[in-house]
Amino acid sequence: MISAGIVPLFVAIPLAGAFLIALFKKIKGIPDIFGVFASGSMFILSILFLLKMEITQRIVYNIGNWGGFNEVLGKIVGIQLVIDGLTIFMLLIVNFVAFIVAVYSVNYMTRYTQKWQFYCLFLLMLAGMNGVLITGDLFNLFVFVEIASLASYALVAFGTEKRELEASFKYAVMGGVASLLILMGVVFLYSYTGTLNMANMAEIMSGSEQPALIYLVFGLFLTGFGLKAAMVPFHAWLPDAHPSAPAPISAMLSGVLIKTLGVYAIARVFFTIFGFPHQISIILMTLGAMSMGVGALVALRQWDMKRLLAYSSISQIGYIMLGLGIGTPLGILGALFHLFNHSIFKSLLFLDSGAVEYAAGTRDLKEMGGLSRKLPVTSGSTLAGAMSLAGIPPFAGFWSKLIIIIAAVEANHMKLAAWAVLMSIVTIAYILKVTRFAFLGALKDRFVNIKEVPVLMRISLVLLALICIFGGLLLIPEARAAFLEPAVRVLISGMGGGV
Amino acid sequence: MSKEHDRGMSVIVKTVTRLTVGLILLYGIYIILHGHLTPGGGFAGGVIIALAFINLDLAFGGSAAAKIFSKRNTGLVEALGAVMFLTLALLGMKYGGFFDNFLHPDGNPGQLVSAGIIPLENIAISLKVGAGLFGIFLTLIVLQKFESEKK
Repeated sequence: MISAGIVPLFVAIPLAGAFLIALFKKIKGIPDIFGVFASGSMFILSILFLLKMEITQRIVYNIGNWGGFNEVLGKIVGIQLVIDGLTIFMLLIVNFVAFIVAVYSVNYMTRYTQKWQFYCLFLLMLAGMNGVLITGDLFNLFVFVEIASLASYALVAFGTEKRELEASFKYAVMGGVASLLILMGVVFLYSYTGTLNMANMAEIMSGSEQPALIYLVFGLFLTGFGLKAAMVPFHAWLPDAHPSAPAPISAMLSGVLIKTLGVYAIARVFFTIFGFPHQISIILMTLGAMSMGVGALVALRQWDMKRLLAYSSISQIGYIMLGLGIGTPLGILGALFHLFNHSIFKSLLFLDSGAVEYAAGTRDLKEMGGLSRKLPVTSGSTLAGAMSLAGIPPFAGFWSKLIIIIAAVEANHMKLAAWAVLMSIVTIAYILKVTRFAFLGALKDRFVNIKEVPVLMRISLVLLALICIFGGLLLIPEARAAFLEPAVRVLISGMGGGV
Repeated sequence: MSKEHDRGMSVIVKTVTRLTVGLILLYGIYIILHGHLTPGGGFAGGVIIALAFINLDLAFGGSAAAKIFSKRNTGLVEALGAVMFLTLALLGMKYGGFFDNFLHPDGNPGQLVSAGIIPLENIAISLKVGAGLFGIFLTLIVLQKFESEKK
């Protein structure tokens, strides 16, 4: 058992870190130390929850001690924080990637001035993401989505060059539209159910006949969270925004932000509240297939390393959506496992692109060549991430894609399975382009004197690369029962009702 | 004419501003302190206080208010307000939960000293919002000067 009293710390510690950094920004080293320790303690706290919680346990925490009113009024009045299997699964991923990114940034962010602003915004974004994950209240979820999004708009513009500002503006406009749609969805749903608590909403929705209004709410949430997740018709901001941010932030955005604000929120809303109706299943599968195709095919044509990886993110989000849309336990298992793998290898690849930029000063694949001789750690970890992304057998990414494809076959979606296999081959093509043009071939003269990146950056790259190689071990029954099964169970138990 | 009239708006605007700016500031403080009794609160009050400073800047030209409240200090006060808010929320954990209202939760309704930690949190919010908004204003006028110099 674990005390429910420490649940708010998931939001409070990053917030405190951010504000203290702003207060003590003049003292040298404070931003680094607070950034690393705040995210590190979050990671340790998530491990604690993973180890101490029963598999089917659901911790509920009433903010501000409002729990007593539930008995008096017969309904939930305050904000509840809820921790269940899916939450812990996501918390572990988010805080692990955040911790690695914070360690990496200690060296990397010396390229920029105003390091304290970076760590301040980074921790605010982390607080927003953790808040989205632990809240059990729909409006509170919207608020945390906004906190994380606003911090990310500022972080995308961190370089304050023309390109970055343009990307950030585009991202902010699209994100603003998304937030408005989500808010409207929350308003309509509140007007129908009379409560904002997600568990209460689910009860009300499962009981009676649904009004036609619900279809409007479906559309609003799908568009709003779809924009945050960058699924294909709503993806236009991502290829600009993700490459423009500093590399550690690209890793956070592509690795965990689009999954927390997009995929997790979609899963939470459509599985837990609406009981995963049939229409949503079809829409998610269609959008997933479209994202897979468009992302992968456009990535083939890119020469900017980070832009290529950004398009690849769209494609991989498609795989996750496909797995969720299939809706069988195997499909959801595949989707969640692929979500885990994607956050690891995509953060790794973005951090690698940052390492190349740090050492060689370019991210244009045409200008690189033969860097593996000068940057052995970077090229080795890129290879591990690339193989995992491409789905080469012993690497982690292979297993999750395999599960999604098997689930598609089992559910009789033969065409989708074939499409997923085909796009997986395209994935190999575009990621080989990165390894071939950046690291193999003849070393160019201008790169003769470059050095391998500093030690903290190397440590974080190697750690992520090791998980890419050995991540498949999470599928052995004991590990699966502790890490993946509780999360799958939460989504499965939410299904069944529906329109 | 004194040196004061080299910058900013006309004498009329300056005189009116000199008369009203204290009242605006006072009204902001009133809104903050009565936030738990009447409509308003930390956010609205903080905005009004920031407006008092912005008013000074508009009437007396560029750096009048920045002399009283520099850009660096706005950052500090903003962070201080946020830390104060969070500290109050975390103190509640000692008494029963995050954001628990631990100061005499039964206080007399309608009195100025009631509602426990809510007035204190309103003050924290007003520091954050007021300093934040004024900081944004100062940043914007710096950018505008930068733009006009480029032209």
